[in-house]
Amino acid sequence: MNRDGFMSFMSSLVVLAIGLLVGFLIMLISNPSAAWEAFRTILTFGFSEMRSIGNVLQGATPIIMTGLSVAFAFKTGLFNIGATGQFAAGGITAILIGLNFQGTPDGVRILFALVAATVVGALWGAIPGILKAFRNVHEVISCIMTNYISMFFVVFLIERYAFFPIENRSASLPPNSNLPTFGLENIFRSEFIRGSGIYRSSQINIGIFIAIIAAILVYVILEKTTFGYELKACGFNKDAAKYAGISQNRNIISSMMISGALAGLGGAMLYMSGTVHMGVGNSLLPYGFTGISVAFLGLSNPIGIIFSGTLISHLFLGGARVQVLGFPLEVVEIVISVIIYFCAFVSLVKMFLGKRIVTWFKERSAPPEETAPAEEPPALEEPTAPEEPITDEEPTQNGGDQA
Amino acid sequence: MSIEVFYSIMHWTVYIMIPLIVVALGGLFSEKSGVVNIALEGKMILGAFTGTMFIHYMQRVWEVQIHAALLLLLTLLIATLTGVVVSLAHAFASINLRANQVISGIAINMFAAAFAIYGAQTIIDTQHIHFTNVFRIESVPLLGNIPFLGPMLFRNTYLTSLLGIVILAVAAFVLYKTKFGLRLRACGEHPQAADSVGVSVAKMRYSGVIISGALAGMGGMIYVVPVMAAFSGNVAGYGFLALAVLIFGAWKPQRIFFAAFFFGLMLSVASQFSGIPILRDSGIHANFFRMAPYVATLIVLALTSKNTLAPKALGQAYDKGGR
Repeated sequence: MNRDGFMSFMSSLVVLAIGLLVGFLIMLISNPSAAWEAFRTILTFGFSEMRSIGNVLQGATPIIMTGLSVAFAFKTGLFNIGATGQFAAGGITAILIGLNFQGTPDGVRILFALVAATVVGALWGAIPGILKAFRNVHEVISCIMTNYISMFFVVFLIERYAFFPIENRSASLPPNSNLPTFGLENIFRSEFIRGSGIYRSSQINIGIFIAIIAAILVYVILEKTTFGYELKACGFNKDAAKYAGISQNRNIISSMMISGALAGLGGAMLYMSGTVHMGVGNSLLPYGFTGISVAFLGLSNPIGIIFSGTLISHLFLGGARVQVLGFPLEVVEIVISVIIYFCAFVSLVKMFLGKRIVTWFKERSAPPEETAPAEEPPALEEPTAPEEPITDEEPTQNGGDQA
Repeated sequence: MSIEVFYSIMHWTVYIMIPLIVVALGGLFSEKSGVVNIALEGKMILGAFTGTMFIHYMQRVWEVQIHAALLLLLTLLIATLTGVVVSLAHAFASINLRANQVISGIAINMFAAAFAIYGAQTIIDTQHIHFTNVFRIESVPLLGNIPFLGPMLFRNTYLTSLLGIVILAVAAFVLYKTKFGLRLRACGEHPQAADSVGVSVAKMRYSGVIISGALAGMGGMIYVVPVMAAFSGNVAGYGFLALAVLIFGAWKPQRIFFAAFFFGLMLSVASQFSGIPILRDSGIHANFFRMAPYVATLIVLALTSKNTLAPKALGQAYDKGGR
């Protein structure tokens, strides 16, 4: 790993540690006696038995996909906070196909559901892309709007075509419409009581492998193809890219479509797992936002995202477990929000670490290395904005008079 | 459609539009100073959280007997202060550290939603903070008796509705008629120019973000009082809806009023859906009315964005070297 990569990795670890620390402090304040036990559970439960590992991998699948979605857009200079809406659009597509088309062979129907969800996700992602390319609408704003439009439309579709009124949620898919497991559940399972011979299997299916393949594909597209190079060039410096003859509009739309496709596929895989259903409440799904933290923790690197997604899923599983100790599950979301907050100035952490490591190297009389440039676009020269003394002069009359 | 249904729709329109106005004005102050604020939702949630928790304790734990109007004002004050505290985190990240303002906003939204539930569970063992609505005004003296207008606007109303209109007027005055407002807007349009004549961009942006936090926190409480019997850690996406109001209203106070009215009417119709026979039998789903504000905003964005009405330096960290 090169030095800059190492520094980014270290800064991710620092941000993660800060997040966990805040989570621990909040638990300590709310219930000091059980806090340590709960914290230990969050950190270790996911690895404690084969069944948990299976569930961690299953839980990682959708957030790896949304993480890839956010990261792909981010690499190309776009901020896709619409992953949630694209995810829901893909999810409802898969549900509707899985519930209908019962005459077709299972394999065909499942494949059709996955492909259709991917396409619908891509089309939904194309809307902010088109608005950005042709109408100069900031993608963050249009993504907020498309998220809510998607949410209301999906609830309408569920209530009209896929409703299970008793539990006020989407109808369960018939088992033959779910993703196959290929016997994975017999590997990732644990004995109910040690020595009893009765096993409880995990919820794992082949989704995690599809997610890993998707990550590798994203890596190949971004790093090994001209198309990916052009996309990144647009994100890195759009004027230079334009000067080099790269069509910006086409790239913005393609990038948003691929980003949306990844999220849509993630939605399909979640709701084809047979364990999760869509509610009809008016609130956005969390997966797109979790994807943001997965993307940043994974340094927007597709392979890194496989690991960060697994890590976050691991925290969630542990968080669900600490409910037994009387702590609300939301503690994990607090940890994740703190991680995202600190990711906002991760380049600062990196710079701080950079200085530390450089001094450390110098003290060990290592040969001086040239400092690698920071990877994040907002390069910071000084950490704090210098304070200006205020003078009481009147600003010029047309300082801010605008239409 | 009976006249009662019409009155009821109008009442709900007011209940919805007033918090939207207040929160959108919060967003306006922040964005006019040049700081993107998608954390409005989070600030609303935390404002409503501390506010309802206060009412809950006053009514059910301490059992303090004070006048309803006084209780409401104290509650709003607490919600406002909460919003200010939360906004400091956003201001610090986006002004001092020049971090990505969108990421910081998302983090605050997530934190707020999780913390409101975690806090309520920890403090009162349930995620639903119940309170008794003692704030409703059956009929405003004299005004409530005016035919038509009385039952439409001055019955089943709240003190907060009046407060919202007052805030709108004050905000418009401050932004466009005072030295402070001019400087604030200058920092959002051309911070280098503002800086060159001695206006501290950092201070102005801090003011913008803090005012925004105050209004968003208060707006969260204003939203919760008439429409909920218990606060459960969410404000139904109204923070984002307020952002849409802000954009639909072209970053101008008087247009924000009409945008909020339009959005309020749509959501009010959606909430009264089953009481309106024409709509109930039409086969249209209520969610299409809930969707309408977002679709309308998207269309407005598509039509106006070539010559955007947003402050020009919006979302850019101020870099002194960039003059």
